Amino acid sequence: MTAALTALPTAFEAVKVDYAAVGPMLVVVAAALIGVLVEAFAPRLLRHTIQVVLTLTALVVAFVVLVLVSVDHHGVTVGGSIVIDGPALFMQGSLLIFAVLGILTMSERFGGRSADAFTPMGAATPGSPAEAAADRAGYATSEAFPLTMFAVFGMLMFVSANDLITMFVALEVLSLPLYVLTGLARRRRLLSQEASLKYFLLGAFSSAFFLFGAALLYGYAGSSDLSKIASAITTANGDLEGLLLPGVVLTLVGLLFKIGAVPFHSWTPDAYQGAPSPVTGFMAAATKLAAFGAILRLAYVGLEASRLEWRLGVAAIAVLTMVVGAVLSVTQTDIKRLLAYSSVAHAGFILVGVLAFDRTGVSGVMFYLVAYGLATIAAFAIVALVRSGGSEATHLSQWAGLGRKHPVLAGIFALLLLAFAGIPLTSGFTAKFAAFAPAIAHGGLAGVVMVVVGVLASAVTAFVYFRLIVLMYFTEPTGDDVAALTPSIASTIAITVGALGTVILGIVPGPILDLAGRVSQFIQ
Amino acid sequence: MNSLALLAAEGEVASATGITAYAWLLVLLPLAGAGLLLLGGKATNAWGHLLATALSWASFVVGLLVLLAMVGRGHEERAAHVGGWNFIPAGQFQLETGLLVDQLSIAFVLLITFVGSLIHVYSIGYMAHDPNRRKFFAYLNLFVASMLLLVLADSYLLLFVGWEGVGLASYLLIGFWNHNPAYATAANKAFFVNRVGDVGMSIAIMLMFATFGSVDFATVHAGAAEAGSTTMTVLGLLLLVGACAKSAQFPLQSWLGDAMAGPTPVSALIHAATMVTAGVYLVVRSHSIFDAAPNAQLAVAIVGAITLLYGAIVGCAKDDIKKALAASTMSQIGYMMLAAGLGPVGYAFAIFHLITHGFFKAGMFLGAGSVMHGMKDRVDMRGFGGLSGFMKITWVTFGLGWLAILGVPPFSGFWSKDKIIEAAFIGEGWRPWVFGGIAMIGAGITAFYMSRLFFMTFHGKKRWVDEHEDAERGVHPHESPLTMTVPMMVLAVGSGLLGLVLSWGGMFTHWLEPVVGAHGEEHPVLAVPVIMALTLLLVAGGAAYAWMLYWRDEVAVVAPRGSLVTQAARADLYQDAINEGLFMRPGTHLTRALVFTDGKGVDGVAGSLAAMIGGASSRLRRVQTGYARSYALTMLTGVVAVLGALWVMN
Amino acid sequence: MSNPYVPILFLLALGFVFAAGSVFTSLVVGPKRYNRAKSEPYECGIQPSPRAEGGGRVPIKYFLTAMLFIIFDIESVFLYPFAVAFDQLGLFALVEMVMFIITVFVAYAYVWKRGGLEWD
Repeated sequence: MTAALTALPTAFEAVKVDYAAVGPMLVVVAAALIGVLVEAFAPRLLRHTIQVVLTLTALVVAFVVLVLVSVDHHGVTVGGSIVIDGPALFMQGSLLIFAVLGILTMSERFGGRSADAFTPMGAATPGSPAEAAADRAGYATSEAFPLTMFAVFGMLMFVSANDLITMFVALEVLSLPLYVLTGLARRRRLLSQEASLKYFLLGAFSSAFFLFGAALLYGYAGSSDLSKIASAITTANGDLEGLLLPGVVLTLVGLLFKIGAVPFHSWTPDAYQGAPSPVTGFMAAATKLAAFGAILRLAYVGLEASRLEWRLGVAAIAVLTMVVGAVLSVTQTDIKRLLAYSSVAHAGFILVGVLAFDRTGVSGVMFYLVAYGLATIAAFAIVALVRSGGSEATHLSQWAGLGRKHPVLAGIFALLLLAFAGIPLTSGFTAKFAAFAPAIAHGGLAGVVMVVVGVLASAVTAFVYFRLIVLMYFTEPTGDDVAALTPSIASTIAITVGALGTVILGIVPGPILDLAGRVSQFIQ
Repeated sequence: MNSLALLAAEGEVASATGITAYAWLLVLLPLAGAGLLLLGGKATNAWGHLLATALSWASFVVGLLVLLAMVGRGHEERAAHVGGWNFIPAGQFQLETGLLVDQLSIAFVLLITFVGSLIHVYSIGYMAHDPNRRKFFAYLNLFVASMLLLVLADSYLLLFVGWEGVGLASYLLIGFWNHNPAYATAANKAFFVNRVGDVGMSIAIMLMFATFGSVDFATVHAGAAEAGSTTMTVLGLLLLVGACAKSAQFPLQSWLGDAMAGPTPVSALIHAATMVTAGVYLVVRSHSIFDAAPNAQLAVAIVGAITLLYGAIVGCAKDDIKKALAASTMSQIGYMMLAAGLGPVGYAFAIFHLITHGFFKAGMFLGAGSVMHGMKDRVDMRGFGGLSGFMKITWVTFGLGWLAILGVPPFSGFWSKDKIIEAAFIGEGWRPWVFGGIAMIGAGITAFYMSRLFFMTFHGKKRWVDEHEDAERGVHPHESPLTMTVPMMVLAVGSGLLGLVLSWGGMFTHWLEPVVGAHGEEHPVLAVPVIMALTLLLVAGGAAYAWMLYWRDEVAVVAPRGSLVTQAARADLYQDAINEGLFMRPGTHLTRALVFTDGKGVDGVAGSLAAMIGGASSRLRRVQTGYARSYALTMLTGVVAVLGALWVMN
Repeated sequence: MSNPYVPILFLLALGFVFAAGSVFTSLVVGPKRYNRAKSEPYECGIQPSPRAEGGGRVPIKYFLTAMLFIIFDIESVFLYPFAVAFDQLGLFALVEMVMFIITVFVAYAYVWKRGGLEWD
């Protein structure tokens, strides 16, 4: 302890900040703050337009800064809290693209005056006169856009956090806006608010686990810095050995919660179902990517040396996740819950790649996340379009015969489902291959077992997706007035990008795989 | 020439030149047809089926030209590699795809395109009045394209793409008349069983990737001899699982009988001539893996022998003409599997029998379709009889197929099946006696049930009512139009002569030698003339017994109760009951939770495995109570469990 | 005392003893005089909303004000050490602090403009 005391600086030293490296984050957070001011000062009727333009511009600027400037500024910065390296940049770039697509789907108005997915007044009691009045007056929760930007900022920080404190702050910054966004659905508001509350409670619960784990790791290593934890593990003399394993497990639990791994997945179906569909799409794609980014960094930079002690536990979680996600998706009757369980199963598939502990595993996981995210955002954008009597038709029986009424839309959805099922020539197949092959090559017996389970589980999920395709194309419509609305140009762009990405990553995955492979080295 | 030197030679396949360089056209032509018909919509209704047929023939012509170019080259330089596109060029994942045009694949190409095109022609007549004719032809074209991709692929990965493609086309075509719930269920069953096979295939591919660093045939074959024998055995067994599912081999045979729900041309093309033989192709193509894993090879032979008998016994009791033919297909593929499991002595004969079988079985299926066409789509043979006078062409063409499958000289089957029986008698210890004996007995049973089918349908007393007497139940048997009979005639010629032509001077086996390897002169444990004589005797006995029962004697219109064996065979030897007992019962009472739409069985009791998963799913779903407190408890339990388990382990 | 968990266990036991002891002590020594105010949900502060349903709801404004109070409270927590060590920290820290205050004031502006500070 005395050693630690003497190491304290006698005088204050300002940390070095490489502003070019963290530029994209600064742009995003600045836009979020300006967005809040817009909410405060801009006339009500103009807010939606201003917010959409502002957020999209900021995201594009952030992406340009990332590609042109930040790529040349690798290294640890902000006093060791942030590290900008290949995986961080790759995932930040993917996050910004997901955010653009997510904002595009969220801005969908369907000819109305405000974003159609969001309630006109979040504070009003569902079904109350105040809500109806707000609706008549054309109020809108355009706060959704700055909230999304805050979440994006948190995610950008999450994938580049180099110590546990920063990681925790990022976790909270990305989570809190998402809790709020989940509760803002325009229709079925009680369901939405219930989902929001559950997500918040369980999220807080898991944050507590993470924080406790981080405290134990700090106690073990004397530092929350990931690389210092790594060196502490290799040079440990065994005194504090008892702190390591609980610390590792508890921090990982906090992160596994975010990806929806079993048994920390219970919030997923409820939150996915209750949240406005565009938010669900964004959340599923971006949160998953960010959380896996953090898991990769924690596992590969901080805890790799101790992996033999905890790998089996996470492998068991991966197996459980795949099996439970796949099996439970079979009996779902709601399209959003079905996609939620499918997302749980996908989280398991990706974990298989994580546990390879090899550079190829990192690139495979990153590729999988991009492929899955693109398909997911497009899929939920389509879910938002299928309506009956003004609200989303999410019961599967309402999707019967959709292929006859809307062949193009149903065709795109079928393509996305094929990708989820991992059928060759779609991104899903390449992604599964990229994630599973390293697990077989480097994962030993556990890797092989996980891949076998993974392939079996994907056979089960394939049945679910095929059944849905059969339902859309070969079953008579139920006679409800279910119809797909014509998407605006923004949604059309998002769906097109998602579908094209799915095809391109399936047929010519080379460039992206190549990129992911080249940037898969973490800075230790 | 030993097989190792051969493998080395295989690794240095020359790049294609001339017409061979355009081999992609083989796949692209029918694929373009499928795309045009599906995307073109109603605009193509009028002429879509003609376009599809023309493109299929065009693909055949390309195949013929490639063959001619190949014949022009020397014996050892015939194989050619056609570069494709670099599927995954990144870092460690080097996955290049291309086509391998060699003696084996070209044989398949010609079989697929020729029989496939004939069946396109036949379908013009058969599907003339179907409102969804355009879609049917689009799916047929899709099937031909996928099947060609499957056999032309130069790597297991591309093969797998074709493998999935034929599965998809088969699924779409079995369920083509999905307004009938039983048909949709049959499609789902086929889908399920094939997913089991796909699991085997995908794991095999990943295992190859991990072992050899590549999944193209050349690298895998070159490395097979050096890799560990355990790996090779596992690999072989995984491939066998895939092959069993696709080729309806024991114990994954249950889907084929139900697949007969599809339109008859589909049964002829997919479930007799081509797709179901893909498993045999896979085994022969992977011969170097199986050569390095004798145990896996033995498993192939055992699976083949069991299926051979299984299909034959089931075939004896089926009264549905298509299901009887399906059982026969299963049994004949059992022969091919058995041959493929015998090692180098059998590979060429497996493929040879596959080709001749493709002709005579497709011909017989088309004949069955023609009979159904004239009999108001009835399939129960107990309601047929004496049709030879009413459908002369169908009778003659079917008769030629019948003679071929019986193995009567000089028809096709004699040349291919007898060779397999002879090869089965080669070896040491118990194997030749068991495998040879089964193959020989199987030939006798085959003769019985095929003669039964033939006599019940075309001979004996008529057991149907004429339309003049009873307009409601009566039928008016008549010959089918020319678009249907011409393909039957062409296939009948093949059934008659193909075997003789191809085996002239060992031409076909010699042709395949550079691919599957030559083998030394080996002698069966019994003298060849003895085997031949015994087989023919059994065949004659089987046919004569069938003649007594189903031609000379009266055939009951309603099936008699029959002996226990008959009852078992009629129920497919209780395959569904066994599946049910093993997989289904645990979840049966919960299966209803699966049905959520229209009770049509789109999603209902699709397969026993589905029911089990559905049951498990319903039970697990109860954990999802909707209460945040129980979710939190689940999380806490998870944390404690993981922590506790790791603590104990360390 | 090499096992690092022993102090934790000790602390746990101490906490438990304190909690149980407090409850017990107040049960024994505390005066027991009941009046109407004792049976209200809150003895002091805001009354439950007049349109109470299911046991009475507290107006959302109450929580809003409480949360705003916490936010500015936290701000002063950060400002205090800064002010103490201002001379050592220099320009960088000043800029950082200004950024922090701006961020908080953006939220303040939002709440103010959108009526979060008006009670009725």
